[in-house]
Amino acid sequence: MQTGKKLLAILCLGTMLAGAVTGCGKSGSSAKEIKIGGNLEMTGTGASYGKSSQNGIKLAIEKINGQGGVLGKKLALSVADNKSEAAEATNAMQKLISQDKVVAVIGPSISSCVIATTAVNAGAKVLDISPLGTNPKVTVDQNGKTRAYNFRTCFIDPFQGTVMAKFVKDTLKAKKVAILVDNSSDYSKGLAQYFEETFTKNGGTIVAKESFLQKDTDFKATLTKIQATNPDMIYVPAYYQEVGLIVKQARELGITVPMAGGDGWDSAKMPEIAGKAALNKTFFSSLYSPEDNTPMNKEFVAAYEKAYNEKPDVFAALSYDSTLLIAEALKKAGEVNSAKVAAAMAEIKGLEGVSGKVTFDAQHNPVKSAFIIEYKDGKQSFKTKIEPK
Amino acid sequence: MNMGSFTQQFLQQIINGLSLGSIYSLIALGYTMIYGIIKLINFAHGDIYMLGAFIGFVATTKFQMSFLPALILAMVGAGLAGIIIERIAYRPMRNAPRIAVLITAIGVSFFLEYTMILIATPQPRTFPAVFSPTVYHFAGLVVNNQQILILVSALLLMAGLTYIVNHTKAGQAMRAVSFDPDAARLMGINIDRIISMTFALGSALAAAAGVLVGIYYNSIDPLMGTMPGLKAFIAAVVGGIGILPGAMMGGLIMGLVEAMVSGFFSSTFRDAAAFAILIIILLYKPSGLLGKNVKEKV
Repeated sequence: MQTGKKLLAILCLGTMLAGAVTGCGKSGSSAKEIKIGGNLEMTGTGASYGKSSQNGIKLAIEKINGQGGVLGKKLALSVADNKSEAAEATNAMQKLISQDKVVAVIGPSISSCVIATTAVNAGAKVLDISPLGTNPKVTVDQNGKTRAYNFRTCFIDPFQGTVMAKFVKDTLKAKKVAILVDNSSDYSKGLAQYFEETFTKNGGTIVAKESFLQKDTDFKATLTKIQATNPDMIYVPAYYQEVGLIVKQARELGITVPMAGGDGWDSAKMPEIAGKAALNKTFFSSLYSPEDNTPMNKEFVAAYEKAYNEKPDVFAALSYDSTLLIAEALKKAGEVNSAKVAAAMAEIKGLEGVSGKVTFDAQHNPVKSAFIIEYKDGKQSFKTKIEPK
Repeated sequence: MNMGSFTQQFLQQIINGLSLGSIYSLIALGYTMIYGIIKLINFAHGDIYMLGAFIGFVATTKFQMSFLPALILAMVGAGLAGIIIERIAYRPMRNAPRIAVLITAIGVSFFLEYTMILIATPQPRTFPAVFSPTVYHFAGLVVNNQQILILVSALLLMAGLTYIVNHTKAGQAMRAVSFDPDAARLMGINIDRIISMTFALGSALAAAAGVLVGIYYNSIDPLMGTMPGLKAFIAAVVGGIGILPGAMMGGLIMGLVEAMVSGFFSSTFRDAAAFAILIIILLYKPSGLLGKNVKEKV
C-alpha cells in the first residue's frame, strides 16, 4: 500500500514537471519578439569591450524596433557574460542557445573566445557574428574550410598586421622593429605573425621578439632587454590593459621611439593607464573612427552620445553594425529560422553600417577599409585611411 | 639609448627586480605570519592586498588624501578586515581538519573577489598620481621616485614588523603562540587576541603592498591579487614558511629571478622559472632556505 502511494506521488510529480518544461519551451518560441544573444565580455580583462558592445547593440535594437521591428516582431537582447575567458565563453554560448533560445548571437569579441565557441553554435546551427574577432580562425577551421555559422564584422589580422607594417615602413620610416606579444592571445600572435611577414618582406629587420601573458603588470625587465637592441619602433599588438602599462613603463625607462599596435589599443582607459604624455608617438590600426564623416555615422555618434554621454568606440560601432547585419539577414531569410538566417547572411552585399559598407567574401570576412589612429595628448586623432586591395 | 653594455643592463634588471621583489616580500610576510601562528595557508591573503589597494584608491580619489594618510587608512581598513575574516570564517574552524580550513580560505578568497566585482565593477581602475613621477638617471641607469618609494616603504614596514615581533610584549606572545599554543595558553596568554593581532598585522602589510602597487602600476582591479598572491606564497615557501626573514628574502629572490629570466633568457620562461624554484626548493630543502629541519614527533 505505502509503496504504491509513493509511486503514484512520484508519477504525479513527474508529469507535472514534464508539463512545466514543455510549457516553458512553447512560450519561448511563440513570443512576439525575436531574441538575439550577446556573448559579451562583461567582466575580466575585456570588460570595457563588453559594455560598449552592449550599448551599441541596444541602440541598434531601439532603432530597428522604432521602425517597426523585423518580420513584424520586435527584437530583444539577452546577454551572457563570458568573463573574457575561452571556457566561460563556451558556457555562455550554451546558455544563450539552449536556455534563452536565441536566433543569432553577437560576440565574443576576443578571438580566442570566439574560436572556443564555434563548435557550440555550429552544432546547434545558430549563427554567430563576432564584432571584433580578427583572427583568421574565427570563420575558417584548421583545414581552411569556411565555418558555415560564423561571421565577423571586422577585417582580419592579416590585414591589420599588413597595414601596420606598411605604415611603419612608409610613414614612420622605421627599419629595426621590436615585437612584444601577448602569448596567451591568438589575436596578438596573429597580428604579430602577419606584421613580421610583411615587414621583413619589405626589407625591414625584427631585432627582438619578446612575449608576456595576460594580467601581467611588470614589463620593465622585458623592456630593458628590448631597449638594449636599439629598435626604431616597438610593435605591441595586445589589449589595452597590458598595453597601457607597457607604454607607461617603456617611457619611464627612457624608451622614446614610436610604439604601435592593433585595435586592442582602442579604449577610453588607455590615456588613464598609460598617461597622456607617454602615449604621444603611438599609433594603432582601427576599424572605426567616430570622426568619420558619413551621414549614418554622424547620426549614430549623436544618438550614442545622447544615450551614454560618451563617444562610441569601435566595439560599440561594430556591435551596432552586427545587429544591423542580423536584422538584414532575418529580412532576407523571411522567417525566424537560425539555419536560414545564416545562409542569408552570407549573401549580404554592400550593407551600409557606421563603420563602412559590408560585403562578405567566401570566408565570411567583410571587405572594408582600415584606419590608422594616432594618440595625441591622450586624444585619438585620425591619421590616415588604408583601402582594401 | 645607450644600454648596450652588459653590466648596465644587469644593474638595471636588479633595480627592476628589487622593486617587484619588495612587493612580493610584503605580501609574503602576511602569509608566513599567519601560517606560523595557526598553520593555515590563507589563500585570501592576495585578496586582502587587493582590498588594501581599493581602500587606498577610495581614500585618494574620493577623500583627496595624500600618500601617507591613504596608506595608513588602507592598512587600518585591511587590518580590520583581516580580524573580521578570522573571527567569522577561521575561528569556528580552529579545531577542524586542516583541509577544511584551507577550503574555507579559498571560499573567503572568492567571496572577497566577487563582492568587490559587485561593488566596484570588474573594470580596471586608474590609481591617481599621488606622486608625479620623477626619473633619475645616473651612470646610464634609470630609477624613478616610485621605485625608491616602494623599496623604502617596504624596508621601513619590515623593520617595524621585526621590532614588534622581537621587542614587544605582544610580539613575544605571538612567538609563544606560534611555538606552542597550549603552553602559551597555560601561561595566561589570550590566544584569540594574539591570533587576531597577527591577522591584523599581516593584512596591514598586504594592504600597504596593494597601495604601493596601485601607485607604481597605477591600475587596480578586483582580481589583481591572484597572481601576486601565488608568487608571494612561493616566496614564503622558498624562504621557509613561518620564518619572517625568510619571507623577505624569498620575495626579493622571486623579484630578482623574474627580472633576470625575462631580461637575459626569454620573458616566456619567467613564470615557469618562478614555479620551478618552488619545485626545486620542495625537493631539496622542503623547510625553505632559512628553515631548520625539524623532525616530526610520531
